Amino acid sequence: MDEPLVLGIETSCDETGVGLVRGETLLFDAIASSVEEHARFGGVVPEVASRAHLEAMVPTIERACREAGVRLADVDAVSVTAGPGLAGALLVGVAAAKALSLGLGVPLYGVNHLAAHVAVDVVEHGPLPEPTMGLLVSGGHSNLLLVPDVTHDIRSLGATIDDAAGEAFDKVARVLGLPFPGGPHIDRAAREGDQVAIDFPRGLTSGRDMERHRFDYSFSGLKTAVARWVQAREADGEPVPVADVAASFQEAVVDVLTRKAVLACSEHGVDDLLIGGGVAANSRLRALAQERCDRAGIRLRVPRPGLCTDNGAMVAALGAQMVTRGRDASRLDLPADSSQPVEQVRS
Amino acid sequence: MLLAIDTATGIVGAALHDGERVRAEVVHHDVRRHGELLAPAIQEALREAGIPAAELTAVVCGVGPGPFTGLRVGVVTALTLAHGLGLPTPQGICSLDALAHQVMGTHEGELLVATDARRREVYWAHYAVGPTDARRIAGPGVCADADLAEQLRTLPTVGRGAELYPDAFSGVALPDVRDVRPGALAELAVRLRAGDHPDAETALLPPEPLYLRRPDAVEMRR
Ligand SMILES: Nc1ncnc2c1ncn2[C@@H]1O[C@H](COP(=O)(O)OP(=O)(O)O)[C@@H](O)[C@H]1O
Ligand SMILES: [Mg+2]
Repeated sequence: MDEPLVLGIETSCDETGVGLVRGETLLFDAIASSVEEHARFGGVVPEVASRAHLEAMVPTIERACREAGVRLADVDAVSVTAGPGLAGALLVGVAAAKALSLGLGVPLYGVNHLAAHVAVDVVEHGPLPEPTMGLLVSGGHSNLLLVPDVTHDIRSLGATIDDAAGEAFDKVARVLGLPFPGGPHIDRAAREGDQVAIDFPRGLTSGRDMERHRFDYSFSGLKTAVARWVQAREADGEPVPVADVAASFQEAVVDVLTRKAVLACSEHGVDDLLIGGGVAANSRLRALAQERCDRAGIRLRVPRPGLCTDNGAMVAALGAQMVTRGRDASRLDLPADSSQPVEQVRS
Repeated sequence: MLLAIDTATGIVGAALHDGERVRAEVVHHDVRRHGELLAPAIQEALREAGIPAAELTAVVCGVGPGPFTGLRVGVVTALTLAHGLGLPTPQGICSLDALAHQVMGTHEGELLVATDARRREVYWAHYAVGPTDARRIAGPGVCADADLAEQLRTLPTVGRGAELYPDAFSGVALPDVRDVRPGALAELAVRLRAGDHPDAETALLPPEPLYLRRPDAVEMRR
């Protein structure tokens, strides 16, 4: 039998993504982003995102099929992000996926957004070792996941207890007067800066916190510390050394992220670490993770940046894994769940 | 075979019309779970009529005005289903037109349609109802109940607006016409598409929600 052709739809935040995957091969990943419309508001506006998803849905499906050279009629299954994410935004994708499933007469898989961020690496670097350790860092999430089977069994080891890593990048960028989204700008500014210039706090790494929040993260104290430091400089009438602040802040984030991820691997006997989510594009995170993984004898996998940020290919990739492994399809009345727990891989 | 869906009022539902009559109509009274209920309702309507999805020839949807989240579920379902089946782009119809169409036979003369716009506001439109058609004279619009012109608020009214704000609406509330029935939308659509309606040229709309309000958001100061 031919490998299954799966169309995946992602609308959990501000990107309308439609991906086509055959088995473990990515055919095309089409993205329409409303990020520019949000920039003037300094963050994602849910109603703006939902409107943009509706407008972009059919054109993005059309483009994915055209570029992949497939007809919709050849699609074997449809998968869609059912959660977590923005409720109104998720609903647009879920409704579209149901309509396609109904119209084409093919099964529907409502899948977990976080699981899809892990599964996408199948199309980039081949089958996932079982188990794999997943570190997901984006504008909305910071999670450490133990993944024995991405279609079925995902366990949360830890997560942020306040801001997500990308959110911290975005907020600190705002403090430094850099544009939204701030991550890439901080990354760039930090290259010219000194990462040990300022000793910013490492959240949840003290003795007691390492007991109670061993694999959790916290970035809101760090963000506040940066803001205070910058304000104090400004109050003294001194210029703010943007590059040094960016580099020192970034170092504090990626230090904690990688330290806990590597620790989780050693404590759980996992030899493979996968980093996903928009913040995985960060050059210092990649470099430090590689250095620490090499030292610990862990293999590191990071999909290319375009597959780290939200996209449809990741949803299609997970859907294809589900079809291949014979997982049950979802029902047509499946709800979108804005706070879907990570353990619930399929809805 | 035409499929009509509407999600702008308190009914989520789908109807099939063969050009002569409504062949199936499935409705759910629920204003919160459009995303869950609509696709199964379409599936059930198809099953009831004994028709495979591939035999649909046209899709129309109510484009509101109505609460945004549910409205989008209807419109994106229509768009994507039509695309998946290789059908022409769906046509939109103002959902309030369908409500006005529903009073035909029981009422003649002027009519106000007022539906729930949340936030203490109503969506409204003003109609002249004759023996065979209801024609929109003004609207659709959105405003607080009390801001609607006095001569509109005293008209016979349909939709849930009048029962939500009884102090503002003094006209007769016509019974039994509270939410859009997809079967009525289907009948109206068939007539409009056939040119069998005085507003055939103008009442078929692009398949885009009639939001009437801009997104709430505050621009950042720079
Ligand atoms: N090079 C980078 N360094 C740090 N953060 C980055 C970089 N590139 C992108 N980001 C951050 O990634 C986030 C967006 O990632 P994405 O996966 O699309 O997140 P979400 O959909 O949860 O908002 C933003 O917070 C952005 O600032
Ligand atoms: Mg994401």
